[in-house]
Amino acid sequence: MASSIDDLKSAIKEALPDLDMVIAWTAGPDPLSHTPLFITDEADIERIAWDPRCSQNLAGYLTGLRGKKVGVVAKGCDARSIVELLQEKLIDREDVTIFGLHCTGAVDARTTRKALGSSRGVEDVAIDGATARFTVAGEAKTLPLGETLQQKCFTCTGADAEVCDHFIGEHGLPPQVGERPASTLEELEAMSMEERLHFWEDQMTRCIRCYACRSACPLCVCQDHCAAQSREPHWVDQTDHPREKLMFQAIHALHTAGRCTECGECERACPMGLPIMTLKQALNRSIQDLFDYRAGTDPDQAPPLFEFREEEKNIKEREW
Amino acid sequence: MLTARYIANDKLLPWLLSLTETRQVLAPVQVGGQTLFAPLDADSRLDLKGLADASAKAALLPRCETLFEFHYSKSEGVPSRTELELRETLPDQETFLFGARPCDAKGFTVFDRVYDAGTRRDIYYCSRRDKTLVAVLACTDPADTCFCNRVGGGPGETDGADILFTPVKGGFVVEAVTERGDAFLLEQPLVEAEDRTEEARKVREAVSDAMPDEAPLVGIQSKVLELFDDKGFWEGITSKCLSCGACSYLCPTCYCFNMTDEIKGDDGVRIRTWDNCMSFQFTLEGSGHNPRDGKAQRMRNRIGHKFSYYPELHDGNLACVGCGRCIVHCPVSMDVRAIVDQARDRALAKEEHVND
Ligand code: SF4
Ligand code: SF4
Ligand code: SF4
Ligand code: SF4
Ligand code: SF4
Repeated sequence: MASSIDDLKSAIKEALPDLDMVIAWTAGPDPLSHTPLFITDEADIERIAWDPRCSQNLAGYLTGLRGKKVGVVAKGCDARSIVELLQEKLIDREDVTIFGLHCTGAVDARTTRKALGSSRGVEDVAIDGATARFTVAGEAKTLPLGETLQQKCFTCTGADAEVCDHFIGEHGLPPQVGERPASTLEELEAMSMEERLHFWEDQMTRCIRCYACRSACPLCVCQDHCAAQSREPHWVDQTDHPREKLMFQAIHALHTAGRCTECGECERACPMGLPIMTLKQALNRSIQDLFDYRAGTDPDQAPPLFEFREEEKNIKEREW
Repeated sequence: MLTARYIANDKLLPWLLSLTETRQVLAPVQVGGQTLFAPLDADSRLDLKGLADASAKAALLPRCETLFEFHYSKSEGVPSRTELELRETLPDQETFLFGARPCDAKGFTVFDRVYDAGTRRDIYYCSRRDKTLVAVLACTDPADTCFCNRVGGGPGETDGADILFTPVKGGFVVEAVTERGDAFLLEQPLVEAEDRTEEARKVREAVSDAMPDEAPLVGIQSKVLELFDDKGFWEGITSKCLSCGACSYLCPTCYCFNMTDEIKGDDGVRIRTWDNCMSFQFTLEGSGHNPRDGKAQRMRNRIGHKFSYYPELHDGNLACVGCGRCIVHCPVSMDVRAIVDQARDRALAKEEHVND
C-alpha cells in the first residue's frame, strides 16, 4: 500500500485545481481510527492517510455538497454507495471525481481495540493474507482477520472501486478471511420468530436513540426531517421502550430496502455496537430473490422500488 | 480523619453483591461487547479495565424519566367534562454507584450547579443524587483520548464522589471523601487500610504525573466567545461532522432534555428524555424557524456551552471533564481537544493581528 498512497497523492494534486475540494482520510485522534480530511489546499495533501484504518465511507458527504465539484476517495464498498447515489439522482456524475482504491479490508476500531487490549501506541496497520499486522509502540503484533475486520468485509462483494475516474494501485480480491465469525444474520436465521424478537428487544435496550446510525447512512437523505423524531405523524414515541427503538430500525431498514449497499456505516457509527446492518442485509436478500437486484452495482440501472412494472419477473401475482 | 479500608481483589465482587440486598448497585459490566453501567447481579461480568463505553450519567439523569403519570376520565356529574388525574412518580431507589471514574463523578458536579442551584432545585435529579452514593475508581491506565488533567480534573480526583477506590497490590484501598461516604464505610465489614493508604497515594500520583503535559483548556471562555461570529472557523471545523449527537449522549456532562407527553388511550406519561444540541430539533421553533439551522451553528453551541457559556456562569468550571468518549465514539473521529485548541489559537492570532 505504500506505493498507492504516493500515487493517490499525486493524482489528487493533479486534479485539485479543477475541484472545490477533495475528501480523503487522515490520521485520527485515536490510533485505531482515521478521520475524514477535506482538502482545499495543496498543503493538506501531505496529510492523507491510506491503510485499513480508513473506515469512514466518504460518499455520505456528497449529497450535502451537491452543486460543488468534489473529489472523493473510495474503497470498493464506498464506491457502491456512490453508484447508488448516482442511480437515485441524488448526485451528479459530472460533478464528482472518484479516486478509486483497492481495499484489503477495514478494521473495526472497537473490536480491534478490545483484541489488542488498548489502542495506545498503535502506529501502523496493514493486512496481508488472512492476518492483520500492527506495530504497537515499535513492536510487531498480529491478529487473525476474524478478530479485526468489520462485519461487512466478510461479505464484501468487491474490494475495488469499480466505478471511478482514477484507479490507484492494483486490482485485487476482497480480504481472504480464514476463520470468519458467524454473522448475526446466520445466527438469527437459526432462531424461531419469538427468539428473534427477544434478540432484538434485548439488543435495543442498549440503544441510546442518538440516531448516529441514521446520520452516518449515506442513503438517509431525510436526516433533519426523520420520521423517528416527528411528533406529527407520531410514528415512534420517545419512551425508552425497546420496541419503539426497534420500530425506528424497522423504518430505517424499509427506507433503505433495495437501496442499501451494505456499506456498514450504520453499524460502525452505532456507539452501542448494535448489529443493525443485519436488518438491512435480511431485506437485501429478499430484494435479490424478488428482483435479481443488488444495490450499487450498475449506475444505469434503476433501484427496483423506484420503478413500476405491471408484472414483476419473480412475483407471479396473476398466476395466484 | 475519614475512614480508610482495604478490600482484596477476590472479595470485591462478593462484597458488592452483598450490597445489592439493600440497594441497587450500578457498576461497569459487560453487555453485548460494551462496558456499560448496569444493575449488578450474580450473573454480571464486572469490567474494571478502562473507561466504560457510556458514562455513568444515566444513574442520575436517566435516558427517559417519567415526571408524572396521568389519566383522563369522563366527569361523573357533568359528562361533557373531562377529569384529569395526576400521579407523582419521584425516584426512591437507594443506589451504590461503583466504578465510576473520576471524570464521571466530576460530571455530576456539572449537573449539581444546574439542577441543585439554591431555590431552583430539580426534585427528580436531587432525589436521585441524595439516594446515590458515588464510589469512584482511580484510573491507572488512562487512554490516548483521556484529558481530565487539561480540564481541571485528574485520574485520582474525587470531585463529586463520596468514596475513592485506588487499586493497590492485591486489592483496593477504599477511602471516604465525604461524611456520607464515611458513614457508609464505617458500617462495612472491610479491613483497616493501615499503611496501604500511602501506597494508594503513590499509585495516584504516578498515574497523574504520567499524563501528557499539554496546555490546560480552562480559562479560555472569552477566547471561545470571540469566535462566535467567525462563520469560517465553525464551518471549517464541522465540515466532517455528521450532526448525529452520539457525542452528547455519551458525554457525562451534557444535561439537556426534551419533554413530551406520550399518550395511549386515556392514559399517558409526561417524560423527559435526553436531548442534544447537535440535533436539528434542538432549537426548532414553533414557527418553523431554527436559529441554529446548520451543523456549524450546532457545533458552536456544543463547544461554546462547554468551554465558554457554562464556565462564565459557574466560576470558571468547564462543562467538559475530559473523558474523551466523544472522541472515541464519534463516527468520524472529531476531536474536541483539537477544536478548542484551534479556537484558542485562532482567537489569540486575531488579537495579535489587532495589536499589530
Ligand atoms: S467491505 Fe470490502 S471494500 Fe469495504 S472495507 Fe470491507 S473489504 Fe474494503
Ligand atoms: S443502511 Fe447501513 S449499510 Fe445500508 S447504506 Fe445505510 S449505512 Fe450503509
Ligand atoms: S446509532 Fe445505535 S444507539 Fe444510536 S440510535 Fe442508532 S441503534 Fe441506537
Ligand atoms: S462530533 Fe461526531 S458524534 Fe458529535 S455530532 Fe458530530 S459526527 Fe456526531
Ligand atoms: S465533551 Fe467529550 S471529553 Fe468532554 S466530557 Fe463530554 S464526552 Fe467527555
